[in-house]
Amino acid sequence: MLDYVWIIPALPALSFVLILLFGKRLPKGGSEVGIALVGAAFVLSVIVGVQWIDRVESADSAEHAGAESAELEEQPVSTEETEGELIESETAAGSSGAFADVEPECSQAATAVDVDEAAQASHGTATAPSAEGGEGGHEAAPETQPVVRCVTWFETSGGDVTAGTMVDGLSVMMIFVVSFISLLVHIYSTDYVSGDRRYTHFFAFLSLFTASMLLLVLSSNTLQMMVGWELVGLCSFVLIGHWWEDKPNSDAALKAFITNRVGDIGLLVGVSIMFFAAGGTFSILDINIAAETGVMSHGWALAASVALMFAVMSKSGQFFLHTWLPDAMAGPTPVSALIHAATMVVAGVFLIARLYSVFWEGFQIFGSDINFMAFIGGFTTIIGALLAFAQKDIKKVLAYSTISQLGYMVMALGVGAWTAAVFHLFTHAFFKACLFLGAGSMSNAAHHSFDMVDDYGGLKKYMPITFWTYLISTLALAGLPPLAGFWSKDEILAGTGSLTEANGNYHLMLIFGGLTALLTAAYMFRTIWYSFYGQYRGHGTPQESGPRITAPLVILATFAVLAGFVNAPWWEFFKDWVEPVGAYFPGEIVHAEFNIGLAALSTALGLTGIALAFLYFWRGLGPHGLTAENRFARGGYLFLERKYYLDWLYEDVIVAAVKGPIARATYWINQRVIDRVVDEAGRTSVRAGKLVYEYVDQKVVDTVVNGSGVAAEESGEELRRIQTGRVQQYAALLFAAAAILGAIFVFVIG
Amino acid sequence: MLLNQFLILSAVLFCIGVYGVLARRNAVLVLMSIEMLLNAVNINLVAFSTRWGVSGQVFALFIIAVAAAEVGVGLAIVLLIYRNRTSIDLDELDEMKG
Repeated sequence: MLDYVWIIPALPALSFVLILLFGKRLPKGGSEVGIALVGAAFVLSVIVGVQWIDRVESADSAEHAGAESAELEEQPVSTEETEGELIESETAAGSSGAFADVEPECSQAATAVDVDEAAQASHGTATAPSAEGGEGGHEAAPETQPVVRCVTWFETSGGDVTAGTMVDGLSVMMIFVVSFISLLVHIYSTDYVSGDRRYTHFFAFLSLFTASMLLLVLSSNTLQMMVGWELVGLCSFVLIGHWWEDKPNSDAALKAFITNRVGDIGLLVGVSIMFFAAGGTFSILDINIAAETGVMSHGWALAASVALMFAVMSKSGQFFLHTWLPDAMAGPTPVSALIHAATMVVAGVFLIARLYSVFWEGFQIFGSDINFMAFIGGFTTIIGALLAFAQKDIKKVLAYSTISQLGYMVMALGVGAWTAAVFHLFTHAFFKACLFLGAGSMSNAAHHSFDMVDDYGGLKKYMPITFWTYLISTLALAGLPPLAGFWSKDEILAGTGSLTEANGNYHLMLIFGGLTALLTAAYMFRTIWYSFYGQYRGHGTPQESGPRITAPLVILATFAVLAGFVNAPWWEFFKDWVEPVGAYFPGEIVHAEFNIGLAALSTALGLTGIALAFLYFWRGLGPHGLTAENRFARGGYLFLERKYYLDWLYEDVIVAAVKGPIARATYWINQRVIDRVVDEAGRTSVRAGKLVYEYVDQKVVDTVVNGSGVAAEESGEELRRIQTGRVQQYAALLFAAAAILGAIFVFVIG
Repeated sequence: MLLNQFLILSAVLFCIGVYGVLARRNAVLVLMSIEMLLNAVNINLVAFSTRWGVSGQVFALFIIAVAAAEVGVGLAIVLLIYRNRTSIDLDELDEMKG
């Protein structure tokens, strides 16, 4: 199965096509096709996951027996592309290198590393290619290496560009999360959007989104990754604007698309830089190895990292390109849960994790105190958390919470805590999806309103399942033990290296992370107070949602409780299974030890946040009405409510400047300078044209043309006489010619 | 030798055919002469196949099939010409004169 993972994205893609073509005619409007095929993709993802774990486990046991014994692993002879095209692949039989399971045409590393290792083996004391001499650290049994399969996508003179799949721990984890959440969201949506006028269309795009995200996480090269990246952006645009008849929704869709476009330029630049700096390759494996061995110089790695950070900032909603994410809540709630919380927005985090060696070298993560990525992440996590306090719309609170948590992941990657970041991505997907789906369940009960301050309240007794699942996920998000968020958040805080031994001394990041832990608990309990306690403030009597809505909530809440244990400090399954081993991952990375003091501190911070919220809302203590009395407090609140004036900056300052003065200045330059040049050029060419017309065209060309016409006419007049129209005369000519030809053959040639 | 006799027969048939194609004015007779030409070739092919394998006979079968199609089309054309002009004299059909 590890060789045929291309089937997994192909299934939802097929579902997209089928739903678009036949969805309207099916009894359930196409949703059954979507659920069946995404369900199949999920089952396959689980199978791939099990096989991968098997591979890792058997590699671990083989390590003791000696890594060399796995040399003769059989290679598959051919792979099949999605289009059904068969391409022969060379078998690298007997290759003993570090990348035994990589097809040679997919990556130069498959052969290049072999040569290095062979040289090392024969000369014994040959110098290792990496500057630190860390080759020994990269040595591992071949089974834990990624499985890369590919076919030629298109050919250029500079070498073939391939498309393929790369299976390693990270992508296996991602396909599991994406297909799992997607399946639950499909089921949830059959109830949530039932009766919608574009029901079929909605499911078609949910499937397409799932397919593109799976394509993105399985890509073996950066070019293919870009395709997936753009496709998820497109699906996000379509689904945010699902109810495009309302102007704000289509505006939000456009805003998301255009903000993402700003970052996509960064991706394009970054991919181009990496292509050239790594010696002309798009292969993710090769790029990482090039960064790791120093083929890609530090300067180029830095340039590529900065460019890619822009892509990450737009897609993963990092400060200052995060403004689209709260507006994206205009889309249907299942979309918010799937795309804008659990899967698509983590594409940026995934990008960093996938090309980690480049960032590692570019930002010099090891042994420093601060870097661009860690700072952006840390800053985002705190500003996102602060903004969540000033929102009335429950989905916007959750959106800012997502921004804040994504900031956590980026910060973790910035401080070198790779596993912690990816683990947080994993756990966050479950409880954030649960929170969003819970918010959707509440809005179902409260007449499609998301305004928790005005329309919710007291829902606890009406909607017990929604309440309990929401509460569990909130506690998981707040990071209370033993729920999922606790383990991942704690690992990130330990990974800053401030109190424990890790990759650097990121004290500032620990402060950001700790403060956010407190704020997160407080703003989440604010939503609980407004939604579930007090008096119901909406219309009618709310009711608990149906089983197709509550079942996904319960499943997700279960995962929110249990998911954290896979990487609990005494097990660390997650680290063993997901973290890459080999030359394409930073070899000198340090894993922070679990620190009981830090864990206690972060739990205490979370509890403090809950206590503050409890005292403020439930007990009514604290400075209520401060914003009305105090000018500074009012200013601060307004500052938050206006989202730090970033939208104002973008729309009224940047866009208005471009529209107003800059456009006028450009117009002036256009009229006075460019137009004059163009006019002069035009006049000159008219004069030149006249000369050419008089001398060349009239005298030379026309004579030749007329001459050939006359010649044709006259010769035609002569030849006309041969054509008598009598068939037998033609036949006579034919036979005469044949006879002459025959005579020539017989007497002259023969 | 037997082969020579076949070849001579074929040559005689061919000459008759050429004469018919070139000299007759009746379109149906011209078509028949063309058939004769083709059959002369067939005899040639079959005769040579005694010496060089059966491929000549295969060719001959093909030629018979094609000739049937050809004469079908040809007769249809002749029939239409007759309906339009009540004559099938080839000498009168010189509308394509340049």
